[in-house]
Amino acid sequence: MPDFEPVIGLEIHAQLKTETKMFCRCRAGAFDAPANTNICPVCTGQPGTLPAANERAVELGIRTGLALNCLINEVSVFARKNYFYPDLPKSYQISQYDKPLCGPGFIEIDLKDGGAKRIRVTRAHLEEDAGKSLHALGSEELDHTLVDFNRCGIPLIEIVSEPDMNSPEEAYAYLTELKQLLEWTGVCGCDMEKGELRCDVNISLRPRGETKLGRKVEIKNLNSFKAAKDSIVYEISRQAGALARGETIAQDTRLWDEKAQRTEPMRSKEMAHDYRYFPEPDLPPLRVTAGRLEAAKKEAGELPRAVRARFQRDFALSAYDAGVAASGRELAAYSEACMRLAADSGLGAKPVINLIGGEFLARLNERKIAPPDIAAKAISPAALVKTAALVSAGKISASAAKTLFTKAWDTGKDPEALLNELGLAQVSDSAQIETWAKEAIAAHPKAAEDFRAGNEKAIGPIVGVLMKKSKGRANPQLAGEIVKKLLL
Amino acid sequence: MKTAVEIASGVAGKKFRAADVLEERLKLINEQDAEIGAFLEVFAETARVQAAAVDAKIAAGGKPGRLAGVPVAIKDNMLYAGHRMTCASKILEGYIAPYTATAVENLIREDAVIIGRTNMDEFAMGSSTENSAFRKTRNPVNTSCVPGGSSGGSAAAVAAGFCPIALGSDTGGSIRQPAAFCGVYGLKPTYGAVSRYGLAAFASSLDQIGPFAADAADLELAFSALSSRDPKDSTSVAFPPAKPWDGIGGVRIGLPKEFFSGEGMDRETLALTRAAAVKLEKLGARLTEVTLPNAKYAVPAYYIAASSEASSNLGRFDGIRYGFSAAGANLKEGYQKTRGLGFGPEVKRRIMLGTYSLSAGYYDAYYLKAQKIRTLIKRDFEAAFEKADFIISPTTPSPAFKFGEKVSDPIAMYLSDIFTIPCNLAGLCGVSAPAGFTAGGLPVGVQFLGRPFSEPSLFGLLKVLENV
Repeated sequence: MPDFEPVIGLEIHAQLKTETKMFCRCRAGAFDAPANTNICPVCTGQPGTLPAANERAVELGIRTGLALNCLINEVSVFARKNYFYPDLPKSYQISQYDKPLCGPGFIEIDLKDGGAKRIRVTRAHLEEDAGKSLHALGSEELDHTLVDFNRCGIPLIEIVSEPDMNSPEEAYAYLTELKQLLEWTGVCGCDMEKGELRCDVNISLRPRGETKLGRKVEIKNLNSFKAAKDSIVYEISRQAGALARGETIAQDTRLWDEKAQRTEPMRSKEMAHDYRYFPEPDLPPLRVTAGRLEAAKKEAGELPRAVRARFQRDFALSAYDAGVAASGRELAAYSEACMRLAADSGLGAKPVINLIGGEFLARLNERKIAPPDIAAKAISPAALVKTAALVSAGKISASAAKTLFTKAWDTGKDPEALLNELGLAQVSDSAQIETWAKEAIAAHPKAAEDFRAGNEKAIGPIVGVLMKKSKGRANPQLAGEIVKKLLL
Repeated sequence: MKTAVEIASGVAGKKFRAADVLEERLKLINEQDAEIGAFLEVFAETARVQAAAVDAKIAAGGKPGRLAGVPVAIKDNMLYAGHRMTCASKILEGYIAPYTATAVENLIREDAVIIGRTNMDEFAMGSSTENSAFRKTRNPVNTSCVPGGSSGGSAAAVAAGFCPIALGSDTGGSIRQPAAFCGVYGLKPTYGAVSRYGLAAFASSLDQIGPFAADAADLELAFSALSSRDPKDSTSVAFPPAKPWDGIGGVRIGLPKEFFSGEGMDRETLALTRAAAVKLEKLGARLTEVTLPNAKYAVPAYYIAASSEASSNLGRFDGIRYGFSAAGANLKEGYQKTRGLGFGPEVKRRIMLGTYSLSAGYYDAYYLKAQKIRTLIKRDFEAAFEKADFIISPTTPSPAFKFGEKVSDPIAMYLSDIFTIPCNLAGLCGVSAPAGFTAGGLPVGVQFLGRPFSEPSLFGLLKVLENV
């Protein structure tokens, strides 16, 4: 089969995190609200109603643009996209067309080989969401479709990339990076299950070395980043197969069938749209003054990529550890506070990040502490650093450290004081460890035999019993050495 | 018949009651509206409740509003919560407004009494009110003539004395032309001076709500109550502080040579317009010729721009959520039947025209070209207003015509708005004032156009002319 290069562009719809809708003051983001309870004359398209733009949405739109290195247009224009559908009450969607809020920008993604690639962003524009159609086709009891307008009018930002990605992995990296940016800047909740983030793929193939673009196919109905990636893998093989057979690719829109793991063409009739875009006469052009832009820039702060680079530079973290420490804005602030304390006490950042990446995140998860609550509800950076220092100095074993860490978190007590109080200090006394080791060997005669027969792994259960007998306090390294010595 | 100013001061001063004023007008409507046909519905019951509330408030020592007890009719394209609103279209038959238009609310806040909804051309598309799906409205001055349109019912209601003030909407002349035909005052305020929230949209960038009144003082009173910056209408603006009117002396009145050519025009209408200009000159105004070279493109540009917006604005009448709905075998057929049966021929004509103008491949040649002409016309006016403070012209090329005279010829009907359309395209304020009668006894209107937000001086000018 000839070698084809995939060319991929992505269109993302992100729901902006606002209290109210884009053009009326109905509540937005109440995902679980009963159908048609967050509606008003404006968002149900009653006669005589007019849109009034949500300033907060504009602000979040600007912030998004800045995070994507976009040019923020001083003047942008809302436009009507006209089409008939029951979930579109005005028969037009207010969007932006030839003059979007955000012009060209870019996102940098990390490549597997360690390099980085710049993916250009064509534009990002504000628009309102449509309602939700609940089809009951084929149902005996319900032969009609119901519409829920709660979602209608919720502010969205549509982010369109250039076709700069050339593999499913690059597309996935772009989505991940974009999601982190949107979450980091607080513009979007990014919960795909709630439809807060939606993604469409544009993909074409061309013979490697060719510069002209092939016929592109749009893929819709992608409910996760994994689905996006899988659909790209599928389309690459489908299109490559067709091209290799000398067929031409139909320029169409296809739906991803998650169950069947393949794309299916949408009915071509549904695509034959002329949206008759024209400037929305009910809204004056949107102006972003220089002052407003400056304020937004100041507020934007440092972006994840810059924080990761700084962590690697200032705290000598590996790229991986920097990624862990800065996986979210609040976590990055917490990690940084810990690493600074560690540096002041002469402890390196590594033991701190190990603890954050392990126990700390596990506890957050377990206790369902949301990132904004880290500062208020999590263990103090000072206590975390002290625990890490105890581990690092060998004063406590890793398993006992878990107990200590949880206790310190729950009680707010000083870890050093707790260490003595709970008797968790690591035991490095050879005589004591030997006593435990003998008991452990006696408990596992079969394992002892296996080890002597040359099965190195058989030592595991014996050391396990030893650790248990020591209540996790035995120095694990020493424990291993002593068991070996006794067995040989 | 008492004027609105007289009613408001009498009710406020407890000389008479709002309830009595209302009953007097309801009686007149009851006796005469079967013939005139100004109203689609009289809100007798809720009006009585309102009038009683105004009387009770004043009796209790409450502060009377500026329109205390004044009966006001509203055009049937404005929403008044709990009341029917149809835009004189079958497609909205039975629709009950879920909220109240800001303009109507502003009147109610000033203690006006909403007396009913008036007939109109369907969705405000027309110049004779003959496009109403429900009834014929006759010109009270001569019942064999149309009242003009699209706000024909409101003009007729004021002309017949059913109410001293009525609201209309003006997209290309729909207040001024019927005012001229019925011999009353009609104001198209500056774009943005009155909130459009709650006015069923025809052409959003051109629509404006305005009052009809029998004299200039009532017109001013109504406008002062209507005008407000409304956060619900992003195109509405706070009325800027205006230069106070300091008399007619030295006021420059511009006569556009294109509007006085006499070509295709009724001679009497032209003569009465000139006579009005001469009267003002005698009182101290200065007459000057101005030119509006692009005004000749105004009618075609208007029909493209307005129809384009209308094609989008009227898409919401789809039979899904409210109004008339015809069942179909599938979604598309449901849309086709609902809209096919619900809309009248003129509305369909304009939806098709507008849809075409916005279509891929035609947008530049039609919609965009119309916008460019709009800009040129705006510039023409800016230049003219360098030389003149107000521009005078006939309101219409001829006085009220007979029923059926122009229905078969849409272009002739469209051309009856030739003098009123440029004002909407440029966002100016414009008024039609009575200028006398033809030998046949038909009223003639004279139109004055002013710079944006020059309404205060415009009222000054109207009062001077009225007192001659």
